[in-house]
Amino acid sequence: MSDTHAQTVAFVRDTMLPEKAAPSGQSGAIKWLRENLFSGWFNTLLTLVGLYVTYSFVVHFYPWFAHGVWDANSLKECRAIITDRYGEGATGACWAMIRERWHQFLFGFYPSELYWRPVLTFALLFVAIGPLMFQFVPKKVIWFTPLFPFVAVWLLWGGSIWAPLLVLAGFVLGWAVFSFVGKYGSIAGFSAGAVVAILYFLFAVGPLIDLFQAMMPIGIEHVDSAKFGGFLLAITLGVGGIVMSLPAGIILALGRQSDMLLIKSFSIIFIEFIRGVPLITLLFVASLLLNYFLPPGTNFDIILRVVILVTMFAAAYIAEVIRGGLAALPRGQYEAADALGLDYWKAQRLIILPQALKISIPGIVSTFIGMFKDTTLVVFVGLFDPLKGIPDFIRADFNWKGIYWEPFVFVGAIFFILNFAMSRYSMHLENRLQRDNH
Amino acid sequence: MKKSVFIGALTAATLVAGVAGAATLDDVKARGELICGVNTGLVGFAAPDANGNWSGFDVAICQAVAGAVLGDPSKVKYVPTSGQTRFTALGSGEVDLLARNTTWTFSRDTDLKLQFTATNYYDGQGFMVRKDSGVTSAKELDGASVCIQTGTTTELNLADYFKANNMSYQPITVDSNAEGEQQFLAGACDAYTTDASGLAATRAAFANPKDYVILPEIISKEPLAPAVRQGDDQWTDIVRWTIFALIAAEEYGVTSANIDELAKGTENPEVNRLLGTEGDLGAMIGLDKNWAVNAIKANGNYGEIFAATIGEQTPIGLARGLNAQWTQGGLMYAPPFR
Repeated sequence: MSDTHAQTVAFVRDTMLPEKAAPSGQSGAIKWLRENLFSGWFNTLLTLVGLYVTYSFVVHFYPWFAHGVWDANSLKECRAIITDRYGEGATGACWAMIRERWHQFLFGFYPSELYWRPVLTFALLFVAIGPLMFQFVPKKVIWFTPLFPFVAVWLLWGGSIWAPLLVLAGFVLGWAVFSFVGKYGSIAGFSAGAVVAILYFLFAVGPLIDLFQAMMPIGIEHVDSAKFGGFLLAITLGVGGIVMSLPAGIILALGRQSDMLLIKSFSIIFIEFIRGVPLITLLFVASLLLNYFLPPGTNFDIILRVVILVTMFAAAYIAEVIRGGLAALPRGQYEAADALGLDYWKAQRLIILPQALKISIPGIVSTFIGMFKDTTLVVFVGLFDPLKGIPDFIRADFNWKGIYWEPFVFVGAIFFILNFAMSRYSMHLENRLQRDNH
Repeated sequence: MKKSVFIGALTAATLVAGVAGAATLDDVKARGELICGVNTGLVGFAAPDANGNWSGFDVAICQAVAGAVLGDPSKVKYVPTSGQTRFTALGSGEVDLLARNTTWTFSRDTDLKLQFTATNYYDGQGFMVRKDSGVTSAKELDGASVCIQTGTTTELNLADYFKANNMSYQPITVDSNAEGEQQFLAGACDAYTTDASGLAATRAAFANPKDYVILPEIISKEPLAPAVRQGDDQWTDIVRWTIFALIAAEEYGVTSANIDELAKGTENPEVNRLLGTEGDLGAMIGLDKNWAVNAIKANGNYGEIFAATIGEQTPIGLARGLNAQWTQGGLMYAPPFR
C-alpha cells in the first residue's frame, strides 16, 4: 500500500515541513510589547507618559547618585571633591557621612566594644524563631525559643546574670503551680499560678537577685537604655512589640467573642480605646505622664515603657484582624468542634484558631510591618530613632550640617529590606498553609 | 463624695511627691550622676560626636554643674529633649537641669513653674534671604513667605514683628532646623528665620554661603538660660551660681591653665573667695570648698567655653557681641562673690 501510495498520489506530502518561527510581530519581545504596552491608543499614550516620567526621574537623580563621594571627612570636603571631579555646579550624594557614622545608625550610642552583643542577639533571634518559621530547622531547636527573650534582654542590657535567671524562675514557678493545681480545674490552676508568680515578682525577685549577686557576682557590663538608638532601638521595640502583641491580640479577639460579660466588655473597651487614640498620645503617656503618677525616683525603664505601650497599641489592631479571621470561619466549624465534645480551649486550639489565624496572616503581617515603621515615632519622646533622631544629631556636628537626603535614602533602604523580607515571608507562609479546596 | 475623696488623695499624693522630690541636690549626690536635659542636636550648643560623647556650649554648663556638685564633670547623663518634651521632662523630674537653649520668658517662668537660673547666652531672632532677592532690610519683607520652626518662641516673635510693622507674611512651618534649611534652599520660602546664632551656623554650612545674606535687624530678645524646677531654692542657687562662677572667672582672669596656681591663694580676695581659699562660700549652698574650682576646671571659664564651642575660631564663628563681659561692653555680669 505504501509504495502504490508513493507512486499514485505524488502530490500527497509524506514528510512534515519543519516548524517555522512565528512571524516577528507575533513572538518574543515585540509581541510582549504589543500586547502589554501598545495594545491601543490609550495604552500607548500611557506608556509614553510613563517612559517620559521615568526618564526625567533618572536624568534628575542619577547624577546625584553617580557623583556620590565615600572618602571625605566633612560635607565641605564632599562638595570640594564633587566640584573637583565633575565641574562647578555639579551635585552629588555625600555618602561619606554614612561611612563615618553607619554604626550610630545601627547601634545608636551603644558602646562600640560591645557591638558583638546586639549582633549576637540578632543572630540568636533567627535561631529562636527558626523552628517556628521554617520547616527545615530541626524541631528540637524549639526549646531555645522560650529562653530567647531572657537571653536577649541579658545580652542587650547586660548586668547581673541572676536577674534574667530569677525572672525566668518566676515563670517556671507559676507554671509549676498551674500544672499542679490545674488538676482540680483549669480556672483555679490558672489563677493560682498567676497569683504565685505575681507575688514572686513583687516581693521575692528583687531581694533574691541581690542575694545571689552578693554570693556569686556573675555578670556582664550594664548598658543603659539611653545608649540604645538607631536600628538597634527600632528592632528591639519592633520585635518586643511583635512577640508580645500576637498572643495579647489573640486573647483580646477571643475575649471580644466571649459570652462572659465582664471579659467581653473589658476587651471591647480596651480595643476601642486604644484604636481611638493616636500612637503618639500613648508614647507621650509612656514617657511623660507616667512619671507624674509613679513615686519620685522610680526608675521605670523608658524602653520598657515604650515597648509596653507599643504592644498594647499593636495588640488592639491584631485583635481586630483576628476577629475578622474568626468571623470568616464557617459556622459549621464551631458546631463541629462542639459536636466532637471538645471544651472551649481545646476547640479554639485545635479547630478554630489554626484556621482563623491562617486567614488573618496578611492582616497580621501588615500590622507588624506598620508597627515596625511606627517605632520611628519614638523620636518624639527623646529616643534616637534611625529616621530622624540619629540624622538630627549627626547634623548637629558642624562637619555634617546641611546634609539632608543621604540619611533618608540609607535608612529607607534598610527599612525596605526588613519589611520586604517580612512581606515575602508572609506570602511564603500563605502558600505553605494552602490546604483548602473550597 | 467618692470622687472628691479620690481627688483629695491624688492631691495629697502629688504634694508628698513634690516634697519628696524637692531636694534635687541629695538626689544627684545619691545617684552620683547629674541628669541633664539637652537639645537633640544643635550645632555648637549640644552635639554628640561619632563616639557618642556630647560637647557644646549648653553641654559645658551641665559639665560645670556636675563638677561643682559631684567633683567630676564626666558624671553627666544627657537626656535629649525635643521642643515639645523639654518642659514636661523637667517638671516630671526626668531631668535635674534643662540646659537646652531655652528662652527665658514670663509665662515659662511663672505659668510653667520653671526657675530660670542665669542667662548664659543672649540671642536674638534674625532673618536670612537670598542675595539675589535684593532685600537688605527686614522691613522690605512685606508679603514674603517665611520658613519658621513650630513650637518655638521664634514663631510668636515673627507674628509680633510683622503685626507691629503692619506687614503681612505667609508662614511655611517646618519641624526642624534641617527641614527649614532644605525648604529655604529649595526656594519654598523667601526668608528663613531663627535665632541669630543658628542662622550663622546654617549659612556657614551652605554650599555657597556668599549667595545668602543675614539681614541686620534682630527682632527679638532671646535670653537663653538653663532652667530647673520651681520649689527647690537650694538647687536653683547651685546652678545659678555655678554659671556666675564661670562668668566671674573670666572677669578675674581665672582660666583652666592657671587655676591650679591661683587655687593655692592669690592677692585678690574675691578670687580667693571664689576658689575657696578664703571663707567658705561652698558650705552656704551645700557644696564643698572646691566647688567653683571643679566647675571651672570642667571646660574653663565662660570665655574659654564660648571660644571653644561657638566662638570666632570655630566654623560657627559667632562674635561675643552682647555676650561679652560687662567690662567689654557686653551683658555678662556676675554679682559679687561674698
